[in-house]
Amino acid sequence: MHPAFSVIFLTTLIGVGQGLFLALFTGHLYSAVNVVPMQADPQTFYGLGSLLALLFLGGGLLASFFHLGHPERGWRAIARWRTSWLSREVIALPAFMGALAVYGLVQYLGWYPVLFNLGPILVTPGLVIGALATVLAFVLFICTGMIYACIKFLQEWATPLTVVNYTLLGSASGFTLTTAFAAVYAPELVRFYGAWSIIITVFALFTRAASLIRNARIKHKSTTQTAIGVRHTHVAQKAQGAMGGSFNTREFFHGKSAGFLKSIKWIFLTLVFPAPVLLLSLGLSSAAFAILALAFIVQYLGLLAERWFFFAQANHPQNLYYQTI
Amino acid sequence: MTQLALVIDLNVCVGCHACVTSCKEWNTSGTAGYMSDCNPYGKDPTGTFFNRVQTFEIGTFPNTETVHFPKSCLHCEDPPCVPVCPTGASYKRAEDGIVLVDYDKCIGCKYCSWACPYGAREIDEHLKVMKKCTLCVDRIYDQALPETERKPACVLACPTNARLFGDVHDPESQVSVNIRENGGYQLMPEWGTKPANHYLPRRKTRIKIHEDELERVDNPQKKERQQPKPGFDEPTLDDVTSW
Repeated sequence: MHPAFSVIFLTTLIGVGQGLFLALFTGHLYSAVNVVPMQADPQTFYGLGSLLALLFLGGGLLASFFHLGHPERGWRAIARWRTSWLSREVIALPAFMGALAVYGLVQYLGWYPVLFNLGPILVTPGLVIGALATVLAFVLFICTGMIYACIKFLQEWATPLTVVNYTLLGSASGFTLTTAFAAVYAPELVRFYGAWSIIITVFALFTRAASLIRNARIKHKSTTQTAIGVRHTHVAQKAQGAMGGSFNTREFFHGKSAGFLKSIKWIFLTLVFPAPVLLLSLGLSSAAFAILALAFIVQYLGLLAERWFFFAQANHPQNLYYQTI
Repeated sequence: MTQLALVIDLNVCVGCHACVTSCKEWNTSGTAGYMSDCNPYGKDPTGTFFNRVQTFEIGTFPNTETVHFPKSCLHCEDPPCVPVCPTGASYKRAEDGIVLVDYDKCIGCKYCSWACPYGAREIDEHLKVMKKCTLCVDRIYDQALPETERKPACVLACPTNARLFGDVHDPESQVSVNIRENGGYQLMPEWGTKPANHYLPRRKTRIKIHEDELERVDNPQKKERQQPKPGFDEPTLDDVTSW
């Protein structure tokens, strides 16, 4: 497939936004049950943190419009949520952003009335809305992943690992950003977030490596023989029906060499996993904002490469009709 | 239930591209808007087409065979492109099974083209909507046309009659009979899309004749044809005449 930068930015940016919120709410929940100390200034930390997450999600939403031929008709995309994962994503993204905005506002205004007690936990509006937003964040991860995983003949994508990878990679980048964010606004939580960032990044390495191994061994169901229905071991394409190329030759091929593809794979495997883990471990010992921020930037750049590779690696069966590119 | 479709006979297709140009001519002048081109007279002409003819060479030299392979939307009975459309712009008509795009609802997200294993959908680079074969839906029901012309433009244009049009759900229709009797098949059956369009394979007509049918074993003329031969120790005519 041809990797479109609009979709690469959409999926990576909203992944950061979702992960950032999940990190904030994890901290909130842990402090509600007194596992981690309450932040010195929870209003600023959660309020500003939610705003930062909203900025990433808004950036992703903006990027998605560049993918559309008719962005002014974008609102129509909510129509087919019964059958289309893309439609479900279009609903889940603003729903999550709305819940996140309310959560951030409640936290920022310091509105902490106790609604009811759940054992020792004092349930505040922030916890309730945060729980709802958490569900929506995971729904959004599932929708984003399923957009790709539900196309059964794109065999590189049609695996549950696609959804798992979108969830873990988004969460990893969000937690890493929260670690850097906490270095400024909640230094007592830096080690907590840093440890979680490393754990999620290592988990993501396992699942992404699993999908790479799976895809390296993949056996494509469609062949030139099934595509044109001629049983012969030697079929060579002589003409593609157009000399100057067509939509089919532009949309479904990445147009780069195998060597380029391979180098991108090693670049993302380095930038997304070992480099941020190393920087996080370095930054945690000194709680230095600069190193932690660098860890996030490196991981995000790596994720751009990872997403590019994700698209480029997928081999569409229609390419069997275009073999002389 | 009706399922209109094309049956393409690869045995008689000569790869003349008449269906391609006729399709473009009819559909670019249609009420649904033109099919735009980039550099139509320039170096790398490219544009929107509903139908393309490709050429494959089967086998290795000298035992090769050329197959011209026209391909347009196959109007699948279970079209994977329809459920993925977020707006409902892509739909399959219940009354005749034609898969269509509502150009006023399409947002140009290209997701349906990813979900089509055949590459039958193309985005119009200028109008920014997804386009595909309509089976000339604006023509086949047009009461103003004489009944013999109520067929897709590609079918009417084909000089070798390689394209047949009809209802594949009616067992006695011309297309169904051809699929049944001439080995009609579907493309990429492994994905369960059940394409309505079928292809008829290349067919060879061979006569089986045994050698004794060409040459009678008991032909009496054979006896008379026995030529006199000199014995091994006798001089031949060459020996006698060479000095």
